Amino acid sequence: MKRSGARRWLLLALIAAFVVSYLSSYFNRYYLGIVIDCGINIILAVSLNLINGHTGQFSLGHAGFMAVGGYTAASITLALSKQLTSMAAVPALFVFALLVGGLMAALVGLAVGVPSLRLKGDYLAIVTLGFGEIIRVVFQNMESVGAASGLKGIPGYTNLFWAWGLAAVTVFVVASLVNSTYGRGFIAVHDDEVAASAMGINPTRYKVTAFVIGAFFSGVAGGLYAHHKQFLSPTGFDFLKSIDIVVMVILGGMGRTVGVILAAIILTLLPEFLRAFADYRMIIYSLLIIGLMMARPQGLFTFGRKTVAVK
Amino acid sequence: MDWFFQQLINGLALGSIYALIALGYTMVYGVLRFINFAHSDVLMLGAFAAFFLAPAVAHLFPLPSYAGAILVTLLAAGICAALGILIELMAYRPLRNRPKLTVLITAIGVSLFIEYTCQHKAVFKAETRPFPNLLAQHDFRLAGLAVNSNDLVVPIVTVLLLAGLWFVVQKTKIGTAMRAVSFNHQAAALMGVSINRVISFTFGLGSALAAIAGILYALKAPGIEPLMGVQPGLRAFIAAVLGGIGNLPGAALGGLVLGLLETYAGGMPAISNYRDGIAFAILILILLFKPAGLLGKAQVEKV
Amino acid sequence: MKKLHGPFLLIVGACAVLVVSGCKKSGEGGGGSNGGGAIKVGEFASLTGKEATFGTSSHEGTQLAIEEINAAGGVLGKKLELLTEDDLSKAGEPATVVNKLISRDGVVAILGEVASSRSLEAAPICQQNKIPMISPSSTNPKVTETGDYIFRVCFIDPFQGTVMANFATKTLKAKKVAIFTDVKSDYSKGLAKYFKEGFTKPGGQITAELDFNGGDKDFKAQLTAIKGSNPDAVFVPGYYTDVALICIQAKQLGLDVPLFGGDGWESDQLVKIGGKDVEGDYFSTHYAPDVATDKVKGFVAAYQKRFQGKTPDAMAALGYDSAMLLADAIKRAGSTDGAKVRDALAATKDFDAVTGKITIDAKRDATKSAVILQVQGGKFKYLETVNP
Repeated sequence: MKRSGARRWLLLALIAAFVVSYLSSYFNRYYLGIVIDCGINIILAVSLNLINGHTGQFSLGHAGFMAVGGYTAASITLALSKQLTSMAAVPALFVFALLVGGLMAALVGLAVGVPSLRLKGDYLAIVTLGFGEIIRVVFQNMESVGAASGLKGIPGYTNLFWAWGLAAVTVFVVASLVNSTYGRGFIAVHDDEVAASAMGINPTRYKVTAFVIGAFFSGVAGGLYAHHKQFLSPTGFDFLKSIDIVVMVILGGMGRTVGVILAAIILTLLPEFLRAFADYRMIIYSLLIIGLMMARPQGLFTFGRKTVAVK
Repeated sequence: MDWFFQQLINGLALGSIYALIALGYTMVYGVLRFINFAHSDVLMLGAFAAFFLAPAVAHLFPLPSYAGAILVTLLAAGICAALGILIELMAYRPLRNRPKLTVLITAIGVSLFIEYTCQHKAVFKAETRPFPNLLAQHDFRLAGLAVNSNDLVVPIVTVLLLAGLWFVVQKTKIGTAMRAVSFNHQAAALMGVSINRVISFTFGLGSALAAIAGILYALKAPGIEPLMGVQPGLRAFIAAVLGGIGNLPGAALGGLVLGLLETYAGGMPAISNYRDGIAFAILILILLFKPAGLLGKAQVEKV
Repeated sequence: MKKLHGPFLLIVGACAVLVVSGCKKSGEGGGGSNGGGAIKVGEFASLTGKEATFGTSSHEGTQLAIEEINAAGGVLGKKLELLTEDDLSKAGEPATVVNKLISRDGVVAILGEVASSRSLEAAPICQQNKIPMISPSSTNPKVTETGDYIFRVCFIDPFQGTVMANFATKTLKAKKVAIFTDVKSDYSKGLAKYFKEGFTKPGGQITAELDFNGGDKDFKAQLTAIKGSNPDAVFVPGYYTDVALICIQAKQLGLDVPLFGGDGWESDQLVKIGGKDVEGDYFSTHYAPDVATDKVKGFVAAYQKRFQGKTPDAMAALGYDSAMLLADAIKRAGSTDGAKVRDALAATKDFDAVTGKITIDAKRDATKSAVILQVQGGKFKYLETVNP
């Protein structure tokens, strides 16, 4: 019953995204771009939320997974797009590229997750930060994807349907997962690892799963991002980008899917509205982080029942 | 062989600076159990303080000179100590009893705040400024190797400060209080230790150290800008973890080891591109295989 | 479960709201032709962030040009309105701001950027929208290769690399050179590559090639390795902040051979930070303020008057030239229509600019001379001009 309800909503969301996307040529290109950015950031925030919020593993390297997905997907489309025989094949190629990007990112997530598991709190944060930086340095030196100059000329396959449709899919998967019986394990691991393992839940398995799934969707978001901006540069995936995503999760309330989505939208739109105050933008941003932590660390949008507290 | 020894000198000089910065990180972590991300920005503020103080001090003691350099450094350290205490008061004390992650994120926020405010055109602007020449620099040739007087000053200052710190922590009352708080702050409070005072002192001391490190760093690389602390701060933090976080000699050792590794790797054409990544790779390896660090003791987690 | 309705309602609802709000504005944007009123010109530059000085310089030059043009009556009877956006020296920003300038503000052309990587990001957008783009000083060849609407008013790295290679061989009489590249900047990497080609062809030898990260403060490790390879000179195609420190540390290590580089060296900060350790070193650039033509003198005087006595550097001069060229092209085209302005730009011949006479070639690059300067007595002394 709950499953079919969710599925109906997913279908509705997908149809809505498709219709709106179809009409997108009537819309202003600049605003359309921002709306697509919102969709991509929703995927990033919700996927990080699975790791940070639901499972309580503080990861500061999410931009690294995004980079892996983005570069992989872009490499595939750049290599194969010339060989497409018809326009109809474009969606197939795109989906394929995004999937492979996501899988590569998931693999990297596995590589990051397995060793990091024994660490807690600040140590985990620093290790994930380190991994994120290493990934960035590797891409910065990889000539085949343009190294420091970046990868340019990526075909612009991302449109509103893909961005928001995939956002809907991400939300569906993550929310269904967490709300399922299996998924309760994530929250158990978050709340008290020792008690969870005493109850027969394998914390290791859950933590790794969280990392891998979170990384997968982050990779997909990276692929969408690459085909939206049509240009990738390693510096765009640095520590600051990871912080951007972390702030969305914190603002939304770690573990609250609805809150995180709202936060992602707001934090995408806010810089655009603040463009007039461009020099103050980052200052306001950092004050926002501090203020949030002091006044409402559970996030802005946590109303309703259980608040998943930050441990 | 020449190459090897030259890089040794370079590495020790670089490592000493990392060690000095690492001391501050490790002290704060030891007492408060949290990573003060803003430490690297205090480094930058110290260098800028010296930048603005130098012309005034030059009236008393014409620069470059030892007296002038020491005065500027003391003043800058004092200013940064005050700033450090202020930051703790405003940003970290209200969160004293909150989960560690909250404070960590706040620290990140403070760090970003300082960096971006200083980059604003009303403050320091983003451009690089030439650091005044505080200390006369001489280049020696020692058996064919190039040694700069700075390369000697930094390790000496680091050793002196380390010794001084060791003395404070082991032999003075406040130092004993610091150690007590780092073992168990609730018990320490029960024994009559003023936690607030200890923490403020720790922050002040750590910030003063950061300021001195910042000035020494700027003497070596005389271009200062608001983001100058980020990279050395990150490396120094890794050094502190490498040596065993919370452990003072460990921080110094970690700094030297990291400085040497980076220098040798940086001089090899094949690897020099990946210098940035080397520090992080070391961090990850240490945390995976010996999380307590080279000199630290493994923490037993009680269930 | 109820929990899942929330997220989806949100997605569907937010999607609708955002798109509807975007819908209202769809009237503007597109071609960017304006009725009466001003001609809108867009500019994007790194006004804050790591390369803030470059962006600020080029912006000031552009601003000065626009003000002068307007004071003289504007173009086609209308005033020029300069809309400037800051790209924070960050990747990802140029795409957003250029989209905004084109779609929301309706500019007829885009001026920018100094850094090749950011020009590369914006160029496809201008090309797709058929909006002419003029880069003041991006020297990486790939920028104009993006499409026929993308131009530049400076020389490109293959030329600059060859200039310095010839300078090393002929003037410095160096047979062995080490190269020290900023691996984070594609300007640096491109220039290094072309220098290497130009230097090794007539038989020169590269003794060592090492990298640094722009923004690093300690280069002794690499400089020691460079010194060990015994070069006659060291080519450092980087930006002035790093170059100054490199020169200081090189001297400390006893690396006493000449260091030389490209236009990234040009800034008065090079001498302020580097002090006596940059004395005697050389670099190529687009123009020298002490070249005695009337045009340069007039520009320098006007710039100093407008900007509190600052001496304009190459970025400022090129920013100025890019704006002047655009205005001239619009005048020649007789309209602000993208295609016509593009054709006028492509047909530019011997345009009298501060940085020399600009002729736009078939690849939409400017065929221009380079000048080589040497640091003497804390100032940049003009040595020679190299013609293409």
